[in-house]
Amino acid sequence: MNIIVLMKQTFDTEEKITIQNGQIVKDHAAFIINPYDEYAIEEAIRLKEKHGGEVTVMTIGSSEAESSLRTALAMGADKAVLIEEDENQLLDEYSIAKILATAIKEREYDIILCGNMSVDNGASQVGPRVAEELDIAHISTVVKLEIDGELVKAERDVEGDMEMVESSLPILVTAQQGLNEPRYPSLPGIMKAKKKPIERLDIEDLGLNEQELEAKSIAFEHYLPPKKEAGRILTGELSDQVKELVHLLRNEAKVVSH
Amino acid sequence: MTRILVLAEIKNGKLRNVSFEVLTVARRIAGDGEIVACLFGSDAEKYSNELARYGAQKVYVVENEALNRYTPDGYKQALLQVIDKIQPQILLTGHTSIGRDLFPRVATRLKAGLVSDCTSIDLDHDIIFTRPIYSGKAFQKKRIIDGLFMATIRPNNIEAVENPVVSETIKLQAEIKELRTVVKEIVKKTSGKVDLSEAKIIVSGGRGVQGPEGFQLLQELADVLGGAVGASRAACDAGYCDYSMQIGQTGKVVTPDLYIACGISGAIQHLAGMSNSKVIVAINKDPEANIFHVADYGIVGDLFEVVPLLTEEFKKLLSKNNTVMN
Repeated sequence: MNIIVLMKQTFDTEEKITIQNGQIVKDHAAFIINPYDEYAIEEAIRLKEKHGGEVTVMTIGSSEAESSLRTALAMGADKAVLIEEDENQLLDEYSIAKILATAIKEREYDIILCGNMSVDNGASQVGPRVAEELDIAHISTVVKLEIDGELVKAERDVEGDMEMVESSLPILVTAQQGLNEPRYPSLPGIMKAKKKPIERLDIEDLGLNEQELEAKSIAFEHYLPPKKEAGRILTGELSDQVKELVHLLRNEAKVVSH
Repeated sequence: MTRILVLAEIKNGKLRNVSFEVLTVARRIAGDGEIVACLFGSDAEKYSNELARYGAQKVYVVENEALNRYTPDGYKQALLQVIDKIQPQILLTGHTSIGRDLFPRVATRLKAGLVSDCTSIDLDHDIIFTRPIYSGKAFQKKRIIDGLFMATIRPNNIEAVENPVVSETIKLQAEIKELRTVVKEIVKKTSGKVDLSEAKIIVSGGRGVQGPEGFQLLQELADVLGGAVGASRAACDAGYCDYSMQIGQTGKVVTPDLYIACGISGAIQHLAGMSNSKVIVAINKDPEANIFHVADYGIVGDLFEVVPLLTEEFKKLLSKNNTVMN
């Protein structure tokens, strides 16, 4: 089974965000694999362990993204593809999906896995867009996945309810939290990963021109939410505090009424 | 003339409130343009009056059995046929399970830009889309460069305002074929419970809740308030509750009117998911807990004492009010 995993390097979720000149400051931030993509990588490795085959992880990013690809290789992926972005070209979800789909088309695949969203941009677009570019089916926010021959059985998280979906290969699946527990890379895994190949491509290698990739949307301003003023810590007997809180929520904050 | 198409949604036999919120946004940016809604499923027509109440001047219904359950292929085919018919410049829906699954596919098919999870859309020469990034740690403003404008709007964020208009319902026979995914079964895990992403009040628990039994206490408080129960990552990782309840940068981002955080320390990744709530109450034994920095009201104390007292107090208050109202 040929498995492709789409992944993105993101800020560590414990990072604070700072903005300078309307842009997010990326220096000195700690980076991780987008947690939802980590579920996708883990699931890909489990599929390989069960059905055989090969796992290729693919990302678009700067050369710094290499460290995240190495982590995926250390977890057990076989190959990695780094598509280096041209910092001067504006890319949006449309362009990203186009680039990924073009890179995928050159390869054999049965299943494509990725996170259902990234924790930075949070748009939840790239998975379904890639599926559309490739003209294959997709199943999103999957928490359980089984493949039996060509048959694909998945459980989707649909706003807390569970949807049982069937389809067939080839397919794109986006991972939801709960799909699995991603493994930590083992020491032998880390050693092996150093020897595994990372293929580097750029937009031209893919035969795409700038016009085809032109972004359809642009972010022109970034800002931080207004800082909250310090709240009120209640004092006194616990039962009085509770009475006061209920009173405040009803009469001052006005969020409870019937 | 601007034409805005709004994809409305039915859930559990009712139009979703987010559909009214999206219609409200559509009105705000339509100018003297036209607002058209569309709705799919075999009994779609019976909801069209309600859409007119929120400003839909035309309602296209595609009453096809194949659309009674959402599939990306089925909805995409139906929506493309409606789009083809009315040629909108702007296409909107809620940032719901369906919106986030369907709109990216349709956007790529139409070579269109899509701004997801908008918390506001304003008209200022151009249409400006505002959306949170890093789960609300920051915000960005976006524009669509050209082509069709598509956006999904975060539920429970813009107040739905009635705006009754005379409306026309148009039935469209759409051909739906070759569905590549089939929904075999839907297991309701939320029935009777308030949906976390649309809840006005959320009672949320962290590691301090100590186990599933502790979450029962939170559920009782939530029941009295007509709210939903959420959890921090620590509580989910510890197995106290299901991952579908997780609030944070991994998990759900929520903006209820009232968020009651019980035994939650306030890790940055959790704060990202809830700090834009209107009013935040923190209950924690540790006076140094980070959660108190974002809380409007705080009680330093043991949640196992505080929460039951709070439940009792709200019970008294709400039953008293009901008596008055009756």
